[in-house]
Amino acid sequence: MNILTFFVVIPVLTITGIILVKDIKRVKLVASIGMGLQLLLAALLVVLYIMQRRAGNTEEMLFIKDFVWFKSLNIHFALGVDGISVAMIALTSVVVFAGVFASWEMAFLTKEFFVSLILLATGVFGFFISIDLFTMFLFYELAVIPMYLLIGVWGSGPKEYSAMKLTLMLMGASAILFVGILGIYFHSAPDGEPLTFNILRISNYVIPIQAQRVFFPMTFVGFGVLGALFPFHTWSPDGHSSAPTAVSMLHAGVLMKLGGYGAFRVAIFLMPEAAKEMSWIFIILTSISVIYGAFGAMVQKDLKYINAYSSVSHCGLVLFAILMMNKTAMTGAVLQMISHGLMTALFFALIGMIYGRTHTRLINEMGGLMKIIPFLSVCYVIAGLASLGLPGLSGFVAEMTIFVGAFQHPDLFHRITTIIAITSIVITAVYILRVIAILLLGPSRDNQYEHMNDAKWYEKISTVILIACVAAIGLAPFWLSSMIGTSMQPVIDKILAVNPF
Amino acid sequence: MINFTYTVWILIIPFIMFIFLGLAGHKIGPKLSGLLGTGALAVITALSYITAYKYFFATPKAGDVFKAILAANTTWLQFTDKLHIDIGVLVDPISVMMLIVVTTVSFMVHIYSTGYMKGEKGYERYFAFLSLFSFSMLGLVVAPNIFQMYIFWELVGVSSYLLIGFYYEKPSAVAASKKAFIVTRFADLGFLIGILLLSFHTKTFDFITLTDPSGPAIAQAGGASFLGLSVITWSMIFVYLGGAGKSAMFPFHIWLPDAMEGPTPVSALIHAATMVVAGVYLVARMFPVYSLAAPVALKVVAYVGGFSSLFAAIIACTQTDIKRVLAYSTISQIGYMMLALGVSGYGGHEGLGYMASMFHLFTHALFKALLFLGAGAIIHAVHTNLMTEMGGLRKYLPITHLTFLIACLTIAGIPPFSGFFSKDEILAAAFQSNKILFAVEYAVAGLTAFYMFRLYFNIFWGKETQYQHTPHEAPFSMTIPLIILALGAVFAGWIPFNKLVTSDGQAFESSIEWGVAIPSILIGVLGIFVAMVMYRKENNIPERLAATFKNTYKLAYHKFYIDEFYLFVTKKIIFRYISEPIAWFDRHIIDGTMNSIATVTQVVSFRIRKFQSGQLQQYAFVFISGAVLLAVLMIYIWYW
Repeated sequence: MNILTFFVVIPVLTITGIILVKDIKRVKLVASIGMGLQLLLAALLVVLYIMQRRAGNTEEMLFIKDFVWFKSLNIHFALGVDGISVAMIALTSVVVFAGVFASWEMAFLTKEFFVSLILLATGVFGFFISIDLFTMFLFYELAVIPMYLLIGVWGSGPKEYSAMKLTLMLMGASAILFVGILGIYFHSAPDGEPLTFNILRISNYVIPIQAQRVFFPMTFVGFGVLGALFPFHTWSPDGHSSAPTAVSMLHAGVLMKLGGYGAFRVAIFLMPEAAKEMSWIFIILTSISVIYGAFGAMVQKDLKYINAYSSVSHCGLVLFAILMMNKTAMTGAVLQMISHGLMTALFFALIGMIYGRTHTRLINEMGGLMKIIPFLSVCYVIAGLASLGLPGLSGFVAEMTIFVGAFQHPDLFHRITTIIAITSIVITAVYILRVIAILLLGPSRDNQYEHMNDAKWYEKISTVILIACVAAIGLAPFWLSSMIGTSMQPVIDKILAVNPF
Repeated sequence: MINFTYTVWILIIPFIMFIFLGLAGHKIGPKLSGLLGTGALAVITALSYITAYKYFFATPKAGDVFKAILAANTTWLQFTDKLHIDIGVLVDPISVMMLIVVTTVSFMVHIYSTGYMKGEKGYERYFAFLSLFSFSMLGLVVAPNIFQMYIFWELVGVSSYLLIGFYYEKPSAVAASKKAFIVTRFADLGFLIGILLLSFHTKTFDFITLTDPSGPAIAQAGGASFLGLSVITWSMIFVYLGGAGKSAMFPFHIWLPDAMEGPTPVSALIHAATMVVAGVYLVARMFPVYSLAAPVALKVVAYVGGFSSLFAAIIACTQTDIKRVLAYSTISQIGYMMLALGVSGYGGHEGLGYMASMFHLFTHALFKALLFLGAGAIIHAVHTNLMTEMGGLRKYLPITHLTFLIACLTIAGIPPFSGFFSKDEILAAAFQSNKILFAVEYAVAGLTAFYMFRLYFNIFWGKETQYQHTPHEAPFSMTIPLIILALGAVFAGWIPFNKLVTSDGQAFESSIEWGVAIPSILIGVLGIFVAMVMYRKENNIPERLAATFKNTYKLAYHKFYIDEFYLFVTKKIIFRYISEPIAWFDRHIIDGTMNSIATVTQVVSFRIRKFQSGQLQQYAFVFISGAVLLAVLMIYIWYW
């Protein structure tokens, strides 16, 4: 059996296990074992992948497996990974694992909660291992729908409104996206061969430029909405602030990455000419969202809003880098997805833990937490430093790769937009340090917080594993960056072959 | 060729110590933490001195030139085929000199801190941060490429942030640390853009390639231009912005005086001796590029340095917090170093300014650290920062008094102390190339002597103050570093920098220029004399003077209102007129549009829904009226 199929099988088995067991304790046990296995499997996949590459396997995708699923339309369940998807899978398994421990205290409909959560994870894993557009889309939808329930049922604040808004906006985007995918499908075989959804097969053809001009913006915007593309990002602040902790973690940490990954794998990879032609529109939009999100975050008072806007800014950088269409910048985009996924998951986990203790997320109502809950506060500072791009943590590596890559364009347009994007490092520092100063430092503002307990064991597992990953990437980025870069090379070659610039 | 590979331990040891103390410090207790931190520093100090000896005296020179040696290098992150960040160790005259400066001062500060911080909460954290700082600063110093320098540049920034905000329950310390980080971050934005521009045009980050007189950077001096200046000049100006931020040059100086909120040994280490001279070091590192390919950028360095030194010296004359006086003095002295670099040429005696700048950096590190540590001993004894609340302390603190006096004489440029030699070289270099800046520096020399002795007399002489507790001399752990640094301040002037640290690695002849030196000594003595008249005994001359020049005094006392200006820009313009409108726009316009799409859909569907009401009468009514309408229409069309 192919190793990749396990990535779907294990979550499904875990869900079955959760449904079968009786009490809450066992539910959590099953969930954590299942996701722990998934984490080990991801680690195994990374090792196997690197060994294959070391052994000289230069295939574009490894571990390919192809099942015919729906003959008449030539829909396959086709699996395969390259360095980029391996990295994304590793990210997902870490975030899901941490998410399970971050929702340890979930007491309301626990079983249903974990089922939905792991269902969401299944969708994400399936998305990253698919190389067939149809199954990819299927898994994409599978990841979005449990979100509605998770926010609507277990959320806080105006949860119905937020859940509805999030789902409707993402569904609207998928409608456009699906048209785009069908457009690609109907242009996937110019020589009269059977039409195909297989990405690798399609990438060998050149889709007619007239078709590209129509379907590129559809797929890019369709995925872009999930990647918080300005001006379609407004589901994100509401969605995040209403979502329960683990859902925020998964959503900002992983689900938003589906947008970036899809925009790269489908929109740009399959339709490079139109991407080249139209990139300027989206470069302007994304460089706006980088700055705009950062400025927006500066005046927010709710911790989750701050991080939602910060995500708009950081995910804007992902799309920005993808549009730069050279190897360095696109490698940086993947690094940024991973880095942002880890640190934003860490942020949301910590916000959830702080909220669980103080019952408020407004920074002005808290203060001096460093003295009371030092462990969580130090973790928050580390997450903040990673977010503002401190060397030694993952954010720096990703941002620098993007900036250096984007700056390799010699023309003034790309350079000026790059410099605009770079200024975000200062604005990010302002809002991160503002939060740290108000929330954690200074004298304690309220006596009722004096006797809060510091992190419990499950909270420590959740935060420490995320911090370890952030620091590992930040200290030794070479292996990850070269794993992604090597896989980026064939992509770049294909883009350059049809479209030298 | 002597092997310098062991120098990597100079970086590894403090890094391990940081991780260890950070994770396990609270378990092993304060005493062991302090001991371990200080011990680690002792080891790397020894390693640095061995390196210095081996490099300067035991390595055979290639044709009389000190060559840069790449002791270790490994690729850390690959960007493109040519651009990659390496982490390594570069051994050359200035990096070895900086190793000596950083480890010596850091070691002294570690010893001092074991006494000064005794009994403080967070003692282990303090030593962990000190280790982090030492690691970052040493990594910056030995960086063989500009991107490694940037990495460690950010790391010293964050260690500075952590240490300024060490007393994190004090709102002023929190605000100061935030300010320091953001101001320098803003300057680093320029640095980063400079690096990107420079590396795009030269395809390398390596210092050895960049500063090679026949290398790609200098060869492109006349290359592509933008707004009348060459690209290399632009990038060097941008790089200098980063240096100006760290080195607190005008207009980025505002963070340094506030940074005095940190513990005093930290001020001595980071904000006087090592981190704040990183900007000078950066310019010196890139000096061949500045000098040969970007003379306009070098002019900027010179004038900004000259202006900052005068500007800060004037403010220093009016401040009453002793640490703030010293902070402004630091800005002024760094201005000196920048100016010396700015007026220097490349190679041989032309490079006098370069040598003088490095020389002054070295002596300044010793005497300024001494001044701060002395100030720490004073604050420790009387529990106040304000010199107006001190006086007559010479009787209580004899060792502090003597070492402080030595430091004051050194900074005032009185022979035979080391400050005299280095300052004289700077003045001589300025005299050769730029008479305006030379005149400015004469004025600054006089002001320096005045404000330092204003401080000295106010603290140790002046009015007899009654203290709540009789002040006690500091413990040995604090006075021994003072004595060692005082010895350094006295004798460092005899080090032959013209033989060791020069712009092109070659020795050149230089001697004291008495024509420049004697007037400067006289100006220094004059400054001291004026200070003595005004402050030695309690009298009303200072108040009368302040009243006479009321407006000027007020302007200088309020630091020329630069802080208020920044506050206006950040609070009013950025927060109120950029961020808040954006946040509002996002909620009401963008999200409003999304919501109104939803509302329109909802309203329209409500309307449409009414057609499907399920009431038979309504259906029949609509059906019949429709049929009648159609019939009328048909009749109308057919029979008309």
